[in-house]
Amino acid sequence: METSIWRPILFLVGIMAFAGVNAAWLGWCERKGAGHIQRRIGPKEVGPYGLWQPLADGIKLMTKQLLVPQGVDGILFRVAPVLMMIPAITSMVAIPFSEGLQARAIDLSVLLIFALASIGMMAILLGGWASNNKYSLISAARSVSQNIAYEIPMLITVITIVMVSGSMNMEEIAKDQMGGFWHWNIFRVENGTFLYMWISFLIFFICSVAETNRAPFDMAEAESELVAGHMTEYSSMGFGLFMMGEYLNIVVGACLTTVLFLGGWDCPLGLLPGVWWFLLKIYILIFSFIWIRWTYPRTQIYKLLNLSWKVLIPFSLVNLLVTAVFLKVF
Amino acid sequence: MGTEKVPSSIIQFASLDKLLALGRANSLWPMTFGLACCAIEMMAAGAGRFDLARFGAEVFRPSPRQSDVMIVAGTITKKMAPAVKTLYDQMAEPKWVIAMGNCAISGGPFKFDKNYSVVEGADQFLPVDVYIPGCPPRPEALIEGILVLEEKITGKRRWPRVVPT
Repeated sequence: METSIWRPILFLVGIMAFAGVNAAWLGWCERKGAGHIQRRIGPKEVGPYGLWQPLADGIKLMTKQLLVPQGVDGILFRVAPVLMMIPAITSMVAIPFSEGLQARAIDLSVLLIFALASIGMMAILLGGWASNNKYSLISAARSVSQNIAYEIPMLITVITIVMVSGSMNMEEIAKDQMGGFWHWNIFRVENGTFLYMWISFLIFFICSVAETNRAPFDMAEAESELVAGHMTEYSSMGFGLFMMGEYLNIVVGACLTTVLFLGGWDCPLGLLPGVWWFLLKIYILIFSFIWIRWTYPRTQIYKLLNLSWKVLIPFSLVNLLVTAVFLKVF
Repeated sequence: MGTEKVPSSIIQFASLDKLLALGRANSLWPMTFGLACCAIEMMAAGAGRFDLARFGAEVFRPSPRQSDVMIVAGTITKKMAPAVKTLYDQMAEPKWVIAMGNCAISGGPFKFDKNYSVVEGADQFLPVDVYIPGCPPRPEALIEGILVLEEKITGKRRWPRVVPT
């Protein structure tokens, strides 16, 4: 089975389907969630519970005029939306959805996912630069400073996980946490000492909200200041790809959090582990992303950077040191 | 369909055209754009009591490139008119215009002799699809205007029309 030609084909089709369904219907979830949080109903008339809304949006976006304004950098302008979408789908190759349900078991899969995640930031930079629009350019500069600021604490907290698990292979990290919620990395006990990994989890979660450019950290698409940020000049599916790429980044971030901290496909009570628990966990995380977005107002760029450089990075460094000391001394 | 006259092609795709019209009618994204007090009613139409989101029309896009319908909500002064026209020109095709309120229809209370500052109606420089009378129109009227625009796109009405008794 490992060498069969069907394996890559099936995984390719499966991952594309998973990505497509998520990218389309998370938009519906977001609008419906926004509606209920603001005491509205949300989309309701287009199909049952408004479930055909993404189809209507897709048809409309695909048949809208694809406008390439005068003065833009032609190649980069066209490449940027694709560059947003591709790394998000590609990084799903390395995610273990369940035991053996991983497209490619790569030894350094954690590293691979972080490498691919930084390409998404390049897409925003290129899109903003190529648009030849001052708002897009400001948005591109902001998103670069934001992503650099938040990648550092994120990677430092991942180092604590790698130290605790002793592996950079996602499947091994997940297998290390099997057998009930008290084995998960978030409640990790090593040699009889509680490791306070929930601090790492909190830092990681805040950083993943910031990395995916979600409110309250959506500096790139700041509607009240920068029109639509890096997407200002994109019409039709160029905009659609940016939107779908954002949702896929959220899915990848939730998958990563689940595998690194919440035990992957493990059941909280140690019964019947499987892909359903993995999906349940990622959708709970995605719902909390939507919840945060529609509850908190947007921060300012300097407060955002202060939070990273003055709070999260010192905290994560101390956390790394303390974890190392606990692992070695006790 | 739309505001431009498109010459009919030799090969007809009737069902596909219907599907496209249905898709477009059910995701009319307006532009975040208000000129005067009618914009307050437009915001109310998006909020909890009236909820424009039911028809998939609540995505107020800030960029004209991504929006489908321009709701001219308020008085267009002669100083503002060039900006409104620029915004309309920046929108990608298929695009529609709704003139909301008496000022956008005809100048409203500002239409008088020796009027020096107000454009007398959005249709002086924009192809308007739907007119919503009122000063300002209630949010229900704006929702009715969006339903009429959907009817104009698809040729079918979503709900039975309410006849005043």
